[in-house]
Amino acid sequence: MFKKVVSNADEAIKDIHDGAVIMLGGFGLCGIPENCITALVKKGVKNLTCISNNAGVDEFGIGLMLKTRQVKKMISSYVGENAEFERQLLSGELEVELIPQGTLATRCMATGYGMPAIFTPAGVGTEVANGKEERDFAGKKYLMEYAFNSDFAIVKAWKGDTHGNLIFKATARNLNPLMAMAGKITIAEVEELYEPGELDPDQIHTPGIYVNKIFQGVDYEKRIEQITTRLKN
Amino acid sequence: MLDKFGIAKRIAKELKDGYYVNLGIGIPTLVANYVPEGIEVILQSENGLLGIGPFPYADEVDPDLINAGKQTVTTTKGSSFFDSATSFGMIRSGRVDLTVLGAMEVAENGDIANWKIPGKMVKGMGGAMDLVASAKNIIVAMQHVNKAGESKLLKRCSLPITGLGCVKKIVTELGVFDIVAEGFQLIERAPGISVDYIKEKTEGNLLVIGEIPEMVI
Repeated sequence: MFKKVVSNADEAIKDIHDGAVIMLGGFGLCGIPENCITALVKKGVKNLTCISNNAGVDEFGIGLMLKTRQVKKMISSYVGENAEFERQLLSGELEVELIPQGTLATRCMATGYGMPAIFTPAGVGTEVANGKEERDFAGKKYLMEYAFNSDFAIVKAWKGDTHGNLIFKATARNLNPLMAMAGKITIAEVEELYEPGELDPDQIHTPGIYVNKIFQGVDYEKRIEQITTRLKN
Repeated sequence: MLDKFGIAKRIAKELKDGYYVNLGIGIPTLVANYVPEGIEVILQSENGLLGIGPFPYADEVDPDLINAGKQTVTTTKGSSFFDSATSFGMIRSGRVDLTVLGAMEVAENGDIANWKIPGKMVKGMGGAMDLVASAKNIIVAMQHVNKAGESKLLKRCSLPITGLGCVKKIVTELGVFDIVAEGFQLIERAPGISVDYIKEKTEGNLLVIGEIPEMVI
């Protein structure tokens, strides 16, 4: 009997310890594991290394964990839109490693595929290449980038079942399925939790084998960074 | 002299029927508003969408549906969603026909700098380094000079590099430039702008061959 279902975010993250390396899914505030972030702030774990495309905004997402100084290091591709982040970075309180977004995504994929490294042209000739092995394939230069080694991955899905199968919605998919495959322990929070057999196997994005803990989240706020609309005539 | 809408309009003339196009944040995003009549292009968004539609009406805003600039968008008919590795896979493997990016500096050999101002701006490269390392055809939309009036079309970039020798074409408020072996080749002048004025505002080597037409937009 598979026992992946936990009652809530507090239960799901209870093993996350000080100094852990955690991946957090999402692009901007879209598709972020809101419930688990709130639980991590409540638990107060410290010295975390967070691998996430962005660092939230001042009052939401990973920004909440930055405010409480729980993050020692961020590994991200883009960290604008967060004044507290910039302050901590410039004052030296926070360490940050900026990496190209495709490299971030593909390093997650490599981990989930059981491959130690990838080669990518992104960053050749830039400061991203410092200290990295460079290889020539068919006359073009590539950097060797290692797969990630993370203790936990925390992802947010639209639908899931008790076996851990996940379905994501629209652009809230982003890095979530890649990180789901890349955590030593993967925690998934879902908007709707179903029994096995209720989701169509053809529609599953993340097979349940990658997911260790799953729970139905509550009170999703889904903040929008930039609401842009057009007028009806 | 062009405003940012003019720059976007001029770049839109480079679109061809059947193109898959990635538009960066800022002026490049505006290009979507000027797709010429009778041609169909499909816009790619690095966060996992092929087929970006217009902004939503107020009652159809979906927080789970955004573009790379984190703006709410819609989808077009025939669109698809995918994860970020697939998104950069299509970029890296050369499926995207045209990439339009903003830049802080471009050098006469096609180097681009657009991700970092040391000690000042620490936002990061996002997908820019992946795009410039792999895109077949990169057009840069940028201001010709900075706020201090200094040229941003340089002999060499002074800011940290995003990618080497990758820019093919630049559209600024002053004109259209192709990157060729000798430097920036002036292709068109913006309305009312003289070749001499462009020369004065361009630090990198400017190549002027024959009579340079004024652009029609």
